Amino acid sequence: MKIHEYQAKDLLRRYDVPVLKGKVVFSAEEAGRIAHEEFISQGSKVIVVKSQIHAGGRGKGTIYDVNTGNEMQVEGKTVKGVNVLVGGNVADKAFQYAGAMLGNKLITIQTGEAGSIVRRMLIEDGCSIAKEYYASILLDRTCGKNIIMVSTEGGMEIEKVAEETPERIIKEHVDPKIGFQDFQARRLAFGLGLSGDAFKSFIPFIKKLVNAYYELDCSMLEINPLVLTTDNKFVALDAKINFDDNAIYRHPEFIDLRDIDEEDPLEVEASKFDLNYIKLDGNVGCMVNGAGLAMATMDMIQNAGGSPANFLDVGGGANVERISNAFRIMMSDPNVKAVLINIFGGIVRCDKVADGIITALKNVKVDVPVIVRLDGTNAVEGLATLKNSGMDFKVAANFEEAANLVAAVFA
Amino acid sequence: MSVLINKKTKVLVQGITGSEGTFHTAAMIDYGTNIVGGITPGKGGTEYSGKPGVNFARPIPVFNSVRDAVQATKADASVIFVPPPFAADAILEAIDSGIKVIICITEGVPVKDMINVYSKLKDSDSVLVGPNCPGVITPGECKIGIMPGFIHKAGKVGVVSRSGTLTYEAVKQLTDLKIGQSTCIGIGGDPIIGTQFIDAVKYFNEDPKTEAILMIGEIGGTAEETAAEYIKEFVTKPVIGFIAGKTAPPGRRMGHAGAIISGGKGTAADKAKALESCGIRVVETPAMIGTAVKEALDGLKKTTKKAK
Repeated sequence: MKIHEYQAKDLLRRYDVPVLKGKVVFSAEEAGRIAHEEFISQGSKVIVVKSQIHAGGRGKGTIYDVNTGNEMQVEGKTVKGVNVLVGGNVADKAFQYAGAMLGNKLITIQTGEAGSIVRRMLIEDGCSIAKEYYASILLDRTCGKNIIMVSTEGGMEIEKVAEETPERIIKEHVDPKIGFQDFQARRLAFGLGLSGDAFKSFIPFIKKLVNAYYELDCSMLEINPLVLTTDNKFVALDAKINFDDNAIYRHPEFIDLRDIDEEDPLEVEASKFDLNYIKLDGNVGCMVNGAGLAMATMDMIQNAGGSPANFLDVGGGANVERISNAFRIMMSDPNVKAVLINIFGGIVRCDKVADGIITALKNVKVDVPVIVRLDGTNAVEGLATLKNSGMDFKVAANFEEAANLVAAVFA
Repeated sequence: MSVLINKKTKVLVQGITGSEGTFHTAAMIDYGTNIVGGITPGKGGTEYSGKPGVNFARPIPVFNSVRDAVQATKADASVIFVPPPFAADAILEAIDSGIKVIICITEGVPVKDMINVYSKLKDSDSVLVGPNCPGVITPGECKIGIMPGFIHKAGKVGVVSRSGTLTYEAVKQLTDLKIGQSTCIGIGGDPIIGTQFIDAVKYFNEDPKTEAILMIGEIGGTAEETAAEYIKEFVTKPVIGFIAGKTAPPGRRMGHAGAIISGGKGTAADKAKALESCGIRVVETPAMIGTAVKEALDGLKKTTKKAK
């Protein structure tokens, strides 16, 4: 599960990780008022208005009018995903910039052409930056341990640094038996070339960050950039947190942090029924039991000349209700030109799946070819049910036949 | 012959009285698996024969702890069906009680819990398969897990896979072509799992009755690549590979917690390339898995004849 920057920073504050003063706002009026009351009148000279979307690359991204597609401007300047406001009436600028950002489209390197609509913004204090660094914590799957990575290349994409100048990334693995140790914090600090007050500020920063990662059951925690201010203090200027979905049950309050505006509406609908659905750009809807088989089925669709419209795993407990909801959601995608149902019955009984498909077809209008492949437990009974229904199915006996039937649709 | 489990394996079921545990214990007993006991803390000293609608072919003694069960039954394997919050504890208990082969079916175990389990596991003699896996089956001898037994057939191909139903698919293709399996190991789709591809490949390589190895991988991580390096250096048996997820978009978790392309790493194309460069035959489409294994086995026969 992903959350916004302002939510991540609120969580980091709980664990004493230094972040700048900030407040989330949902309208231009609120942005102007908060900028005035809580920042400018409290002595702030510089404030930053930051778009809150889940995708990265916001600083270099640009805001476009959601209707006309034109670049948004304030006082002749392009409005970016993140805007630093200084000089003149800063609170009024905050009002104007927030107005230009809200409800419009932010396109960054990660959002693609479609962009993301800005619905929330973070108003934050400016700070005087001496140098930008990078810090992250995540699982190293190759050894089953968490790894802490820091780099002098702040603000850059870490994958790019890893490729071009891997020597500039300093790593420490955490031994689960003893936890993160002081000597490791020192090695990271010396690796960054820190000394004096900067060194002294870094050690508690990284220890608190590691603690937050563990306490929050994160699967990834990234601070990019991590900045050293001109008075030698380390501050998390940005914060990206992904939670381990398997551990959410230990943090029921995290559910409130979910922003469904950032998710595809069909995926949100599917999640209500515990269906594992991911919307893709293709034209063949597919409904499969099991994640591996679902991926293999998507690959097969492509090999056959189509392209998958979705990933949909109906899971092990596929009953009539589940199957018909899955079918309805899959068919809500207007791009779907054909449907492939591929079920391998293990625990799932194919006759039950067949009942579900027929129920679904009675409730959902389907005017595209439906290809069904049932194999495994009670497949014979399931296929008989489909045949006796009088409905129009193309039935495949195995994976290969299913592929051929898909190919025939696109021939 | 087989790896990890055979007809002599004595199996415990941790979480036997839960609904999943009950359902699959009945199926395992029916398959002929030597289930010698179950563990449900608080119900030790009783016998359990299932519940309405799911009747065991014979009653199974229930114990309070794995240690009690091992003392009474000399069990050497355990299968875990307990819910995610208690799964790590169940694995650690099995390790502590000296169980040789531990198979954890439970899906949804937090990564933080598995990091501790993995560390303990490395210091022990136990083998863990899973979590979030379908289990292990040696056809005709012993089924420990949730796979449908009837699609399998005893034979010479070792199967290792991160997936459940995709493995059933591949196994069925083999069985339909009259190609049997020595053992099928479902290693699971989580980021931290006890048995990796490389471990399974080592077992199959050392098993004299396994003649070919089928490896079914998917996007995410680098476990397939690591196994491929090992295969290149040490394995002389033919290895056939398939990687699912060629069409999966980056940054999205495809059902399995571990099936994600992150930072441009772990794509199906990279994996297929790595496998091929290590001499592994990579199947393009999932429909051809069975045929590819058959060709490899036929090729094997020809070379043996030539050698004679």
